[in-house]
Amino acid sequence: MIDRPPNPATTDGGAYPISVRDLIVAYRSTPVLWDIHLDIRPGRLTAIVGPNGAGKSTMLKAILGLVPVSSGRIEIFGGPYREMRRQVAYVPQRSSVDWDFPTTAIDVVMMGQYGQLGWFRRPGRRERENAMSCLTQVGMADLASRQISQLSGGQQQRVFLARALAQAADLYIMDEPFAGVDAVTERAIVELLQRLRADGKTVVVVHHDLQTVPDYFEDVALLNVRLIAAGPVAEVFTPDNLAATYGGRIAFIDAEAAAVASARSAR
Amino acid sequence: MSFAAIIILTGALTAISCALVGSFLVLRRTAMVGDAISHSVLLGIVTVFWLTNGSRNEILMVLGAGTVGLLTVYLIELVRSSGRVREDAAIGLVFPVLFSIGVIMVSRFPQTVHIDVQHVLYGEIAFAPLRRLELFGADLGYRSLWVLGGMAAINLAFVTLFYKELKLSTFDRGLAATLGFAPLALHYALMGLVSATTVVAFDSVGAILVVAMLIVPGATAYLLTDRLGVMIALACGVGALSAWGGYVVASAYDASISGAMATVAGGILVLAVLGSPRHGVVVRAWTRARLRRRFDVRLLVAHLAGGSDPDHLSEQFRWSPSTVRRTLDLALREGYVERRDGDRLTVTPAGAALAAGTDTGR
Repeated sequence: MIDRPPNPATTDGGAYPISVRDLIVAYRSTPVLWDIHLDIRPGRLTAIVGPNGAGKSTMLKAILGLVPVSSGRIEIFGGPYREMRRQVAYVPQRSSVDWDFPTTAIDVVMMGQYGQLGWFRRPGRRERENAMSCLTQVGMADLASRQISQLSGGQQQRVFLARALAQAADLYIMDEPFAGVDAVTERAIVELLQRLRADGKTVVVVHHDLQTVPDYFEDVALLNVRLIAAGPVAEVFTPDNLAATYGGRIAFIDAEAAAVASARSAR
Repeated sequence: MSFAAIIILTGALTAISCALVGSFLVLRRTAMVGDAISHSVLLGIVTVFWLTNGSRNEILMVLGAGTVGLLTVYLIELVRSSGRVREDAAIGLVFPVLFSIGVIMVSRFPQTVHIDVQHVLYGEIAFAPLRRLELFGADLGYRSLWVLGGMAAINLAFVTLFYKELKLSTFDRGLAATLGFAPLALHYALMGLVSATTVVAFDSVGAILVVAMLIVPGATAYLLTDRLGVMIALACGVGALSAWGGYVVASAYDASISGAMATVAGGILVLAVLGSPRHGVVVRAWTRARLRRRFDVRLLVAHLAGGSDPDHLSEQFRWSPSTVRRTLDLALREGYVERRDGDRLTVTPAGAALAAGTDTGR
């Protein structure tokens, strides 16, 4: 404890929900993340933005201890993830699980409470009722006993969000929740993000649609193996930073999206 | 107990032991890992046999085979994580090596009578009634029932105790890891039990047919339900049914009992593929045919409402005259169309409503 450098602290003295220092992650010899230095501010909605292969998902997985870290330090609310896992809810990419698994929507939501139950204890009526209220919050109550392969992509995404709600965490980490969802689900997710924010939760979202970043998020981290910039959307989401993040690889970035970005952040 | 009852019970206990862990192999899409383990444990059995100068101590054999089973899983994971080859290729690389070492070692013991390739590959369940379990000189009864009953009990205890954890780590390994449920440890525990189950199943069904017992009941049950608990129970039921059915078939045709059991299990799987309520070939074909008839009726009614001449419908849709007649009959029977003034076809209000909801392409 004494040897450890002091925990980074926010202005009001509390620890950052996520604090990443000198993080390097490599798959074999290729670095996927290089020297990342990032603090996620409490009670904010933060988007992580960057091109494909920029290491966005890898960074989330490193934070959650799911991939080995080559070097660097990651702290969750000032402690190692192992000790803080009860405060973190994780929404993986929808495609990361097998939706043909023989189970129902409400059953998947109840899985969010397995952490609170610990080993051996089975979910009971209390967990079922809680899961039902989480499903209601994402507008899925009437599909609770539907087999999960019978749900649309957007409905599956909402089941995942309800499962994260059931974890009753302080920090929500979501990997591309908006990917391939219908308009109804997109609205449901945005409302959910607002509600989490109103409850003082911290939310970190890997996001792909640059156009909606200024509408949905307060903070943004621009990532492309290195961290290009991080901070409030109005300051950081600039055409220059976007060009640096995406390079010349996406042609429309310079013209169209950057114009949108600067128009929005000027608002 | 009659010979038949002991053989059927031995087969059923084997099948249930296998179905309990095999259901998870099916759900984890690692059925071929079961195949790999069932082959490579031969090395474990032979090594124990060799180290103990030919004793057939069941517990030592299970431990030896369990060790080699875990080694197999570990090596597959090692080769796969090198990133050079995919998992199926990794499985194909690892188990033949271990299996072939086992085969070579077996062939180095020509003098031994208890272990031979034939027996290891196909088993001989017909001997089950001849073997007794003796402990400190006391005769405890049929050895196979004790051994396989014990294995079934251990697997049932594991699946029951860790039901929630197995379910979570099978469905979403990432979440299981972030919640601290050690999915890797569970994975190895499951694979260790698969290995142990394979060994004790050797005597009954041998190394090759045990794969059928591990995978087929689980795969069958998977088609018949969309609840995990029900699936596991059904898999055990299918396994037990195959054991009984296999014995009946084998007696009738004087064939290999273990072969007949695997065949019956395969037969039940085929029935499930055809008749499964949701995924079944029959149900899907029937649903498609019914939908097609409904669309045909809508199309017909819409065109009649649009003033088409019924005589030209067959030409217009390229329907055979019999299709036109059948569709027209159905439309008349369901009250979308009626015959007025002798033979003239008239669209009813219900038919008009149906037609209004239809895009006729005009």
